[in-house]
Amino acid sequence: MKKIKLLLVDDEVPFVETMTKRLKKREFSIDTAHSGLAALKLLENNNKIEVVILDVKMPGMDGIETLREIKKVYPLTEVVMLTGHATVESAIEGMRFGAFDYLMKPCDIDQLVAKVTQAAEKKQTHEDKIIEARIKEITARHA
Amino acid sequence: MKKDKQIQNTYYKTIAKKMLITIIMVSITPMIVASLIIFDRFKNSYHGKVGAHLDELVQKHKQNIDTFLKERSGNIKFLAKTASYEELKDEVFLQKSLLGLQQAYNNVFVDLGTINDKGVQLAYAGPFQLKDAQYSDAQWFKNAVKNQYYISDVFLGLRGLPHFIVTVKKNFNGEELILRATIDVMAFNSLVENLRIGKTGFAYIINRKGSFQTKASLDLNTEEKNYAELFKKVKEAKNGERLIEKKDEHSGKRLIYVVSSLKGGEWLMVYQQDYADAFSSIKIVRKIAHTIFGIGTFCIVFMAFFVSWRIVKRIACIDREKEMLNQQVIETGKLASVGELAAGIAHEINNPVAIMVEESGWMEDLLEEEDLQKTENLGEFKRSLKQIKTQGKRCKEITYKLLSFARKTDARIDEVHVNEIIDEVVSLSEQRAKYAKVFFNTKLGENLPLLSLSKSEMQQVLLNFFNNSLDAMEKTGGNIDITSSLHNNDVIIEIKDNGPGIPKANLVRIFDPFFTTKPVGKGTGLGLAICYGIIKKMGGDIKVRSSINVGTAFIINLPVSEQKEQKEEKIDLLPDQLNGRV
Repeated sequence: MKKIKLLLVDDEVPFVETMTKRLKKREFSIDTAHSGLAALKLLENNNKIEVVILDVKMPGMDGIETLREIKKVYPLTEVVMLTGHATVESAIEGMRFGAFDYLMKPCDIDQLVAKVTQAAEKKQTHEDKIIEARIKEITARHA
Repeated sequence: MKKDKQIQNTYYKTIAKKMLITIIMVSITPMIVASLIIFDRFKNSYHGKVGAHLDELVQKHKQNIDTFLKERSGNIKFLAKTASYEELKDEVFLQKSLLGLQQAYNNVFVDLGTINDKGVQLAYAGPFQLKDAQYSDAQWFKNAVKNQYYISDVFLGLRGLPHFIVTVKKNFNGEELILRATIDVMAFNSLVENLRIGKTGFAYIINRKGSFQTKASLDLNTEEKNYAELFKKVKEAKNGERLIEKKDEHSGKRLIYVVSSLKGGEWLMVYQQDYADAFSSIKIVRKIAHTIFGIGTFCIVFMAFFVSWRIVKRIACIDREKEMLNQQVIETGKLASVGELAAGIAHEINNPVAIMVEESGWMEDLLEEEDLQKTENLGEFKRSLKQIKTQGKRCKEITYKLLSFARKTDARIDEVHVNEIIDEVVSLSEQRAKYAKVFFNTKLGENLPLLSLSKSEMQQVLLNFFNNSLDAMEKTGGNIDITSSLHNNDVIIEIKDNGPGIPKANLVRIFDPFFTTKPVGKGTGLGLAICYGIIKKMGGDIKVRSSINVGTAFIINLPVSEQKEQKEEKIDLLPDQLNGRV
């Protein structure tokens, strides 16, 4: 099975490190960023990323802003929000801006894996649909 | 503290004093002005009236006197006219005439006499032997010779008795004879004497020199100068202003005079009265006015005292309430900032906890690897890691609760289930309840509808009730039963304890702001008032049932139907927000 490509964005470096190890062990391909800006830059260079795991509360460009930017430029990329308790409202707001789902920190790894897999599947279906549509378009043109 | 109180006391005293002075000034000044004006007006008009009355009396008497004099001289004139030269010289004739006159005029005439132009009395009729008396040097004779008719001043004359003389001059072929009649002063006096008013009012007549023409009262000052002045005044005075006010130099009394000239200005009729006597009504009125003024002033001062005292008391009460409210606001502010701090800390703790949990997870992952599977203490490791995870979750729960309560009371309306709120608040209060040996029993109704209300406000209300019950049962311990149910479109929450109960006297006041039975500094008396306000705002109601030593039950009614209407409104207002939550 093809490895799902993830991007983990959080300003807490130890959290990112441990999470990276744990997810790698679960057969994910992971890129990391410690701020919203870094995440956007990384996406620019590597558009193969399927799911972004995004912390809501970050200094500088916060999770919501980053999410809006990602969704604007890469509408097909799915985003799973991570949040502390105080920012549940902002996570809900995030979902209005197109996030796939949100999880509360500290989260259960299995839950996270499940969510991320679902998100990747959703992205895959969307892409498949688009490809199908394109094929139809092309064949229609040829016919 | 004591000093503060003193300062406050002086502050209130100053306010009271200022108010007192203002009230008194404002009330008394118009009273003084009004009474002065009225009194002055009254005095003037009364003066006028009394003056007019006296003037009229004096005028009347003056007329009487004038008539008297005219008539008496008329009698003599008639006698002189009708008598012949011989008759005048005949004493028998004179005797007869005198008798006739005396009979007709009540002994007014004392005697009659005929005098030739040399001043020798030729004939005489009367009680004295005055035939051949010599009058050529007498003042009256000198005047009589010059005038056709003459009425003399009152004088003692040869006989040493006060009398005055009426003369008529008659020419008999070049020889002048003067018929003379003496008029009894007593008869004349009576005309003036009967003019007596009050205690001190009486009349008399004086001549130009100021000598009395009538018998005057004893205490009268006879300084002639004074009376000469009166003459001058009466000359100066215009008609109708014959009233003269003067201070008597002798006795220092204020006197009034009403004067009128008599006998062609030679005599003066004077009516004299003490001022105080003449205007005794003014005195009475003044007394009444003083009494009314005194009573009025007393009433005003009393009312001013009373009113200012009441107002200051009220102000002090309001100030106290304000102070309490301020304290409450400060406390609330403190609580809010502590809450914010707690929220911040809770959030900050959350991150490291997350990392710890993640690290333990990572260790669990690593334990799965083969070479470690054989470790002796594998079980212990696993148990330990699981424990870390469990405690991490506990931390998470604690911070979660802290956050949801420490958040600023937000009145945002949400779709909430009351049972959830009850459970949350119960679990929060349980820690405290454990120490007080109080047990919560919840019997929550199923299938309760969702209510649209502010979750944090509802939490506040419930927490307040629980805390009150816990406070009441802190020493004794007990049970708190919480039931929720649906009844006629109302969600009913009942909180029942078996504490000491609320006395009946206090029961009606428990929702009043600032009503508290807790010791000073412990309770603000605002808790239930705020709860009441919140529930009323939600469209609900709170009822209380309590009996001593049995317990207290608070029943909260929350209407469902109204809430639904509110919800529909909310959808209209914020559709996107709700969509986001679905």
